Amino acid sequence: MTATLIRTVILDNSGIRRALTRISHEILEKNKGLSDLVLVGIQSGGAYLAREISNCLELIEGERVPFGSVDITLYRDDIKQQAPHKSVGKTDIAFSLEGKRVVLVDDVLFTGRTIRAAMDALMDHGRPKIIQLAVLIDRGHRELPIRADFVGRNVPTSLKENVAVIFDEQQQPREVVLEK
Amino acid sequence: MAEFKHKDIIALRDLTKEEIELLLATAENMREINSREIKKVPTLRGKTIINLFYESSTRTRTSFEIAGKRLSADTVNIAPSNSSATKGETLADTALNLLAMKPDIIVMRHAVSGSHYFLSKKVGCSIINAGDGAHEHPSQGLLDMLTIKDRFGRLDGLKVAIVGDITHSRVARSDIQGLTKMGSSIYLAGPPTMMPPGVERLGNVTVCSSMKEAIQDADVVIMLRIQQERQGKTLMPNTREYSRYFGLNPENIKWAKPDAMVMHPGPINRGVEMSSYVVDGSQSHVLKQVENGVAVRMAMLYHVCGGELE
Repeated sequence: MTATLIRTVILDNSGIRRALTRISHEILEKNKGLSDLVLVGIQSGGAYLAREISNCLELIEGERVPFGSVDITLYRDDIKQQAPHKSVGKTDIAFSLEGKRVVLVDDVLFTGRTIRAAMDALMDHGRPKIIQLAVLIDRGHRELPIRADFVGRNVPTSLKENVAVIFDEQQQPREVVLEK
Repeated sequence: MAEFKHKDIIALRDLTKEEIELLLATAENMREINSREIKKVPTLRGKTIINLFYESSTRTRTSFEIAGKRLSADTVNIAPSNSSATKGETLADTALNLLAMKPDIIVMRHAVSGSHYFLSKKVGCSIINAGDGAHEHPSQGLLDMLTIKDRFGRLDGLKVAIVGDITHSRVARSDIQGLTKMGSSIYLAGPPTMMPPGVERLGNVTVCSSMKEAIQDADVVIMLRIQQERQGKTLMPNTREYSRYFGLNPENIKWAKPDAMVMHPGPINRGVEMSSYVVDGSQSHVLKQVENGVAVRMAMLYHVCGGELE
């Protein structure tokens, strides 16, 4: 018997839109504009959201912000415990990170281990001037000293629960659900 | 998504289509590492890889060594001229001695077909075949498939001609095993003395009576080296005659499709199986193959490390 999951939508499509718009304004405010700004999303949800934020920033400022994606599989700290090894996703950063203001984007911030791995990966692509973190959901339970600079929504959770951002076939964020 | 559960990669014959697709997909995404300034990821930190080459090799050994280093593993090379094999130690004894040094992967090339299966029964670590006799050369088969996939975006429905010394070629066997699984059709040509009997039984394989029949309208032409070091003296009269009947030159390459790609596992004997015009021509993908070799070997090392003990 599989246990029945209780799914609650905690953020609908327009809620996600509003959160991403606010994050975009906060990014602009904190960085005083777009100069030297680049977005890098963590595969796969974060990469989709980085594209959305890039579009938002373009609507606000009328200028394109470069965005790329990073896959952290090869940088995970639990790789020795994995059997079989996961398939490796695509890292696509078509610009130099040297001296750039990098906004790292992920969908859900949880233990912080993914962010640690992503920062190591970014450093191997050059030395950014600064790395900031933007997440749609912060669900708590950090295991490393990491915090986000821009948060869509804080969602206190228990470890038994799961938070997932659901994307549609066009890789557009549809809703955020809490499963328990 | 398929999973890769093998601890060894000895032959493409042992892998499913899905497992081959997974290795190729991983290799495609590994290429990004090879193009950036810091060409290293921490994935296999603390792992030890022994490259045990009983036969000479530059390309394959260097490629495996670089692949291991780019994944942060420690790689050690052992060549026959300075190993105990020349002093009479058996393969099993060598392996057990190496095993006492706790390697995680042994990459081996050996002149005896099937020696890797023997070794994998003796040792607990992962075994990767870098070529065994006339049996298989799985990393070459995989990098050939990746190079073809780069060019055509697919592997199914392609006509692939393999020309040369099929009998002694482990590359041909791995190419046949891999490509037929992925849906390509194989056409073989070569002197009858170098054509193994019953090779059609390997799958979608046609043995052709002439080079023209094999490469006519082919999408891919894979040329093989005449392995004179493995042959007796009687398999062909001389290299000039061989070159006339089975060498690829600017004239007969026109039999293949206009956009056909030409490959060769190397080392090339210029003027024997391929004229220099073809080797350096626009249809040649020889250097692309070498480039893909590193990424493919990184994918192999990565996936066997996550494999289970069988």
